[in-house]
Parts: sequence; C-alpha cells; structure tokens
Amino acid sequence: MHQVVCIKRVPDTETKVKIGSDGKSIDLSSVKYDISPYDEIALAAAVELKEKHGGEITLLTLGPGEAQKELRKCLAMGADRAVILKDDNPFRDPASTSTMLASYLSTVTFDLLYFGNKAVDSDGSQVGIRVAQKLDLPVISLATRIEVNDKEVTAHREIEGGEQVVAADLPCVITAQKGLSEPRHASLKGIMAAKKKPLEEIDIEATGEKLEIVSMETPPARTEGRIVGEGVEAVPELVRVLKEELKIL
Amino acid sequence: MAQGVLAYVEHRSGELKKAARETLGEGKRCATTLGTSLTAVIAGNNVEGLTAAIHEAGADRILVVSHPSLEEATTDGTGRAVVAAIKEADPALILFAATAEGKDIAPYVASALDAGLATDCVGLTIDGDSFTAKRPVFAGKSLINVKPVDLPLVASLRPNVFPVLSEPQTGSPEVVNLPFDDSHASRLRIKETKAVAADKVELTEASIVVSGGRGLQAPENFGLIEGLADALGAAVGASRAIVDAGWRPHEEQVGQTGKTVSPQVYIACGISGAIQHLAGMSTSQTIIAINKDQEAPIFGIATYGLVGDALEVIPALTAAVKAAKEG
Repeated sequence: MHQVVCIKRVPDTETKVKIGSDGKSIDLSSVKYDISPYDEIALAAAVELKEKHGGEITLLTLGPGEAQKELRKCLAMGADRAVILKDDNPFRDPASTSTMLASYLSTVTFDLLYFGNKAVDSDGSQVGIRVAQKLDLPVISLATRIEVNDKEVTAHREIEGGEQVVAADLPCVITAQKGLSEPRHASLKGIMAAKKKPLEEIDIEATGEKLEIVSMETPPARTEGRIVGEGVEAVPELVRVLKEELKIL
Repeated sequence: MAQGVLAYVEHRSGELKKAARETLGEGKRCATTLGTSLTAVIAGNNVEGLTAAIHEAGADRILVVSHPSLEEATTDGTGRAVVAAIKEADPALILFAATAEGKDIAPYVASALDAGLATDCVGLTIDGDSFTAKRPVFAGKSLINVKPVDLPLVASLRPNVFPVLSEPQTGSPEVVNLPFDDSHASRLRIKETKAVAADKVELTEASIVVSGGRGLQAPENFGLIEGLADALGAAVGASRAIVDAGWRPHEEQVGQTGKTVSPQVYIACGISGAIQHLAGMSTSQTIIAINKDQEAPIFGIATYGLVGDALEVIPALTAAVKAAKEG
C-alpha cells in the first residue's frame, strides 16, 4: 500500500504576528515553524495503517527548501521518503496550491492521500478537497477513524451534530480531523534513520492565483472589559447584565 | 459575463438552518448593491416545501435539486449538483455558510469552477463591481482582505456574523426544478449516520455558548456547564485541555484545533484563555469570563469578568438565571 501525506509547515501557534512593511504579508524574519497539527495527525494515521498493512509512506510538501527540517522530523516519525515541490511564495492562494499539488500527484500511483482538514496558519480548509476534485477521487473529509480492507477504506467522519460512517474505493483522499490518530514522537533510532531517507526537491511551475491579498490588518481591539465582582456575591450583578445589557433573559 | 449572486442553502430536519438565513440575508444585500437578484440553490430529498422560507429569507429565484441520493449532503455528490445549478445561473458571487457542511462543499464547487474561495469571511464589501472579502488568519491574530483575480468569487460566511433580513421578503419567488444527473451521485457509500437530538443547539450556530475548562477540576463537574447552558438555551463548548484529558468529546472543543464560534454571548467558565482557545472564540460579540485567577489571559479579552471559583459561581448563576426567566 502506498500512502501519500501532504505536509505544510506553519508558523508556531505562539508566534507573534507582525504585519510586514508592504501591509499585506507577515514579517517572517523571526517566525519559528512547526508541522501543522492536523498534518501530524494524518501522518500518525498513515503510520498506523502501514504498521498493519505494510507498504510505504511518501511525504509531499509545496514550499521552500527550508521545509527539509520539518520533513526530516516527519521521516523520523515513520514516513519513508519525502518530496518538496519548490515554491517560495509562503502566501500562495489555496486554488493555486491545489492545482500545483494535483499536477504532481497525477503522476504518482497511491492508495490513500492525506491532508490535514486545515492548515492552522491560513485556516483555508480547502486544499485537500480541491485536490480530490482535480484528481476526480472520492474524498472523506473530517475523518476521525479509518480502516482499510482490501480495496476499500471505511471511515468515521465528524458531521455537524453527529457522526457518519462511510466507505469508498481506493484510491481515496482523507482529510484528518482530531481523533484520527495521536501524533507520534520520533524515537532516537527514528531520528538517526531519517537522516538517510530520500528527500527530493523538485522544481514545479507556479500556477495562477485566484485571490489576491490586498491588505492585512490587526483585529480591532476589544472594548475594555469590566470586572462585575468577586465570587457568588457578584452573581446578581452578572444576571442583571445578562438581562438588562445583553437582553438574553 | 458572470453576474448576480447565488447562495447555497443548508437545511436540517425539514427547516432552513439559521446560517442559511444569514447567507441569504447577506446575499440579498450584495445583490441589491450590485443592482441584481439573488438566486438560491437547495439540494436534498423532498426539499420543495422549503421554497417559501427561502424566498422570505431573501432569494428572488430558487433552483431546487431534489433526489433520493441527495438525502444526506456529501462533498462530491452535493458539490456536483450545486456546480450544475451554478452553470444555469452564471453568478459573479457565490456564498456558502462556513459551517462543517459549507466548508466541505464550497472547496469542491470552487475547484470545479476554477474559482478562488475565501473561507470563513467576517466581512464582504462591494465597491462598484469589485469584491473584497475579509477573513481571519493566524488563529485570528490578523485579518486579511482578499480580492478575486477573476469572477466568480466563492466565499463562505462565518455563522452569527452576518444578519438575517430584518423583514421577511414578500411576493413570490421564481422556482426552477433542476434534474439530478445520476452520474453526479457521491462516490462515498454512507453506512450509518448518527445524529444527535434535533433539538440540541449546534455549537457553531448557537447565539449563546457556555464553555468549560480545567477550572472545573473533574469531569463529573461538567454537568454544571450543561445545567447553565440548558437554563440559557445555549450550546456547550469545551477547552482543549479537557478534551485532551478525555473529559469531553472533540466535537465540543472550541479553539484552533476545534470549532470556531462567534456567538452573541460566550461564557467561558474555568478557562484560562490560551491563544489556542482564543482563536476559536475571539470574534464573539460579548465574552463573559468566570475564573478564579484574576491574572488569567481570558480577562484580557472579556467584556465582563467575574473573579471566582467556577464550581461555586455556576450553580448560583444557574439558579439565578432560572429564577429570572420564570419571573
């Protein structure tokens, strides 16, 4: 079984966001990167299936050569090889990202293709589904559990207010939701082995973007809050706020 | 030449979802600004009965795709039905709600149309015939304004941000029934759907959310949160800390790796307010924080704060809310 896991490196959640001097990008000079958490969950799920069914895991990233660092970390967690499609635009529009990934993936044979359900920097929630549409493959989004049986994948997925169990033929695209698997820690042995695993950088032609970033801004400051009081004695004042100011009682 | 505005309408248990009425309301406002009309698309099984409600919520023209295989919304099946309908209308602007369903179908549709998609928008402006969408990025630490390079623009709208029409639209709509092409059916085989009770308030769409965190000290104390939520008619949320600890299911998690909510009132009980949590609720209109640590970051963004132990304050608050509602 060949599983491909798409990985995005994103600024660490604790990163302070500073808007760049052009007013439409963030200043990346002091940013620390990490693997987007849902991609890490997707990788852990792929490793679990590999342990059961064998086969290989390929990592795929669209990004700069520096993404090697995050990919080595993923290789240490159990993937077998990695490919970077070289791109120096950190703010690429998801429509363009998807056509570039799909154009490379159309040359690869795989059984399962994973994405995080969203990347936690741009919060777009669209690349996995767009790639599935471009490749004309079934897609199971927000998967919380998967099993593979012969040529079929069965998955649990989160739906609004509930859960669904679905099945699809392989090859299939999965977008990972929390719960699909637990992110792995790399062992020392894994880290050593990762250094020797193949990591290929491929030049790829950039495709046209569909959205243009006009400007970036800091969210308006919230109005100064008010402490209504301390402990149970403050409950009547809070209830008065709910009733008279917020009018929800 | 693309023109007009189109809105995808979500429904559940034979009724329009609130997020759908918001999408239609914003769609109507955009159509009015552009001097054009609003077309709605509804897909499902036996959904013809919803056209009157869709019209009242803002649509001038309604495209109905009704077929047994659309009984449950799917990314590809519903997606293809919507794409076929959109080709009938040739709109310049296509709106979805940024709910789980909308976030599923919008990317499929945008990809099929080779269009840009602005996810989870909190603002939409029209200047002449040019659109700008505003959306949060980096866990809500920044907002970006994006413009489409060409039309159509697809946008999904954050629930509870855009108002519904203030007055129901009168008159009667033009209703067009569209055929469903069997080759468009989903390639997923749905084995089972476990839906929670229809009367339960959905977290992402709720007007009031009551959330609990580690300050509750033990999983059995979460009943206090449910009690307060019941008294207020609110949905229940949870912090990542207590979801990771296994106290609550992930579907209740609010935050960067959970749901994004934007209710009228968000009540955070025993939640310190890590950036990961703030990412999921910082656009709430009013934030009330109950926490015994006066220095907790949650007080930095709260509109109203009560410094106190959630375990003591919540029972008193629940009783007082019930009394106020009865009185």
